[in-house]
Amino acid sequence: MRSRVPVSRIRRREQRAAYLFLSPWILGLVAFWIVPIVASLLLSFTDWSLIFKPHWIGATNYRMMASDQDFWHSIKVTVKYIVLSVPLYMIVGLLLSLVLNLKMRGMNLFRTFLFIPSVLSGVAVAILWVSLLNPDVGPVNEILRAIGIGHPPRWLQDPAWAVPSVVLMGLWGVGGGAIIYLAGLQNIAVQLYEAASLDGAGPLQRFRFVTFPMLTPTLLFVLLTSLISAFQVFDTAYVLAGSNGASGTALNFYLLNMWTEAFTNQRFGYASALAWVMIIVAAVVILTIFRTAGRWVYYEYDPEKEQ
Amino acid sequence: MAQVDAISTADAIQEATATEAVPRKSRRARKTGKWRPRRVLFLTVMYILLITVSAFILLPASWMLTAALKPDLQPVFTIPTQWYPSQFWDWANFSRVLLGSLSFLHYTLNTSIIVAGNILGILISCSLVAFAFARLRFRGSKPLFSVVIITMLIPWQALMVPQFIMFFKIGWYGTYLPLIVPSFGGNAFFIFLIRQYMRTIPRELDDAARVDGLNSWQIFWRIILPLSTPVLTVCAVFTFISSWNDLLGPIIYLDKQQSFTLSVALANLVTRAGTPWNLLMAANLLSMIPCILVFFFAQKKLIGGIASVGLKG
Repeated sequence: MRSRVPVSRIRRREQRAAYLFLSPWILGLVAFWIVPIVASLLLSFTDWSLIFKPHWIGATNYRMMASDQDFWHSIKVTVKYIVLSVPLYMIVGLLLSLVLNLKMRGMNLFRTFLFIPSVLSGVAVAILWVSLLNPDVGPVNEILRAIGIGHPPRWLQDPAWAVPSVVLMGLWGVGGGAIIYLAGLQNIAVQLYEAASLDGAGPLQRFRFVTFPMLTPTLLFVLLTSLISAFQVFDTAYVLAGSNGASGTALNFYLLNMWTEAFTNQRFGYASALAWVMIIVAAVVILTIFRTAGRWVYYEYDPEKEQ
Repeated sequence: MAQVDAISTADAIQEATATEAVPRKSRRARKTGKWRPRRVLFLTVMYILLITVSAFILLPASWMLTAALKPDLQPVFTIPTQWYPSQFWDWANFSRVLLGSLSFLHYTLNTSIIVAGNILGILISCSLVAFAFARLRFRGSKPLFSVVIITMLIPWQALMVPQFIMFFKIGWYGTYLPLIVPSFGGNAFFIFLIRQYMRTIPRELDDAARVDGLNSWQIFWRIILPLSTPVLTVCAVFTFISSWNDLLGPIIYLDKQQSFTLSVALANLVTRAGTPWNLLMAANLLSMIPCILVFFFAQKKLIGGIASVGLKG
């Protein structure tokens, strides 16, 4: 047993070292998060346009939203996209990962094929699918006509079909979600399946009582990230809105609308207010999901948590 | 009959999902068991499914290559659609895109500078910060780590306006600095990923090193960092892909054509009418190749990296 002084000195030295190690992050946190968050809150109560001096206009920006058609339209587009895409991608991704988790010859090759689109840029994928979905000469409609559909949808050029087209394009990269489920599946202990089989559980029961509960933390993670990323749809909308003006309004996603207000219309105050609405909505969504998560997410006993 | 169906499919699935934990002998024994035809049927259905899905992925890519290889006067859209290259092999289209008036080689170099800067920044900052959270005892470690988690959930885009104003005010608009410097402040997701990995390295190593008189920096640099190369590779690859593909950042901060990145140049090609389809597709394909190559080489580590995090906190 040594005296106390050197121990506490070692502790203090370790503490000082820790904050040195943390310093890049702390600097980054202050410069790129805290200052901008406070600044954007203040800006959202001004009419700043970068050139003229900002005026304090109170909650006018927030009041203006109520009658701003572009704002409501962008909410509608984004919600429509969430409703169509999130359940679809989650279910397809899950089913796909179940198949990809089978031990079959050549599976690595199939996995590679399926994951490739998810590493490609939104711009590149959008360019490819704009061409494929060209209503008059594109290959997709050519196939549809060949199988007897006389008037296939005009996809991105039809306001009613524009959002479903983006959802369809996203399906091409659904393997990216499957990768996360696959990781979750591979973390499930084999013993659980063996025990379930010994108890006479069939494949459906094994999915219902082993796979699904063990995968709920992964599902929670995917649900959270896909809801947040739905607010961040930009690349696709930017490329498409630029290339066909007609669908520009039909694809006015939340982030694109905010970007336009800030960088095209120079309404930085109003755009900051839009950003704050985005933060609040994201926070409400995240908190609601976490609140209800206890009811359907199953956590294994984790001794590390007890420390 | 339905009962038999269920049991045999169960067997087939079980066999297919069996892992190393099941002794090899029993697997082989089951293969020659009663329900073999069922297993064949199950596997056939699965293969058909997988091939169909792969076709959905690969045919568009192959169509793009076909279009990229066509000479200027050949239509890209044909009836019936040419899904794979057969008649035309104009590989020169690629060098025209890279070196010709579209000067995509220049944009590729611009993008590479930003990507390299980001990888450097992320690796330095995130490994330092993750080391502190994973291996050092200090006051405030828990609340600070919850701040990391919170910043992971706030979309960066919500802060783009004030960040833009800040960088504009200090005269960084039009330079690569706003696109590179923030990465030196760390990224919550990568800090989380590296910290999870570093926690799995045995503590005894640190203790032994401290007894030998090594300080925290030496433990980090000589012991923990070399052992963390797998997770650092994963972070480098993710950073490569996200920063190579980034559109929003460059579109906000870059104002001169000569400093554009690939994604900005590509997006402009589409917006600007009159770009020939074959060159557009060649440019598009070229922009994809680095990410595909990186993915091929890092594939195993990427999947393992995601699995190692466990998403359990």
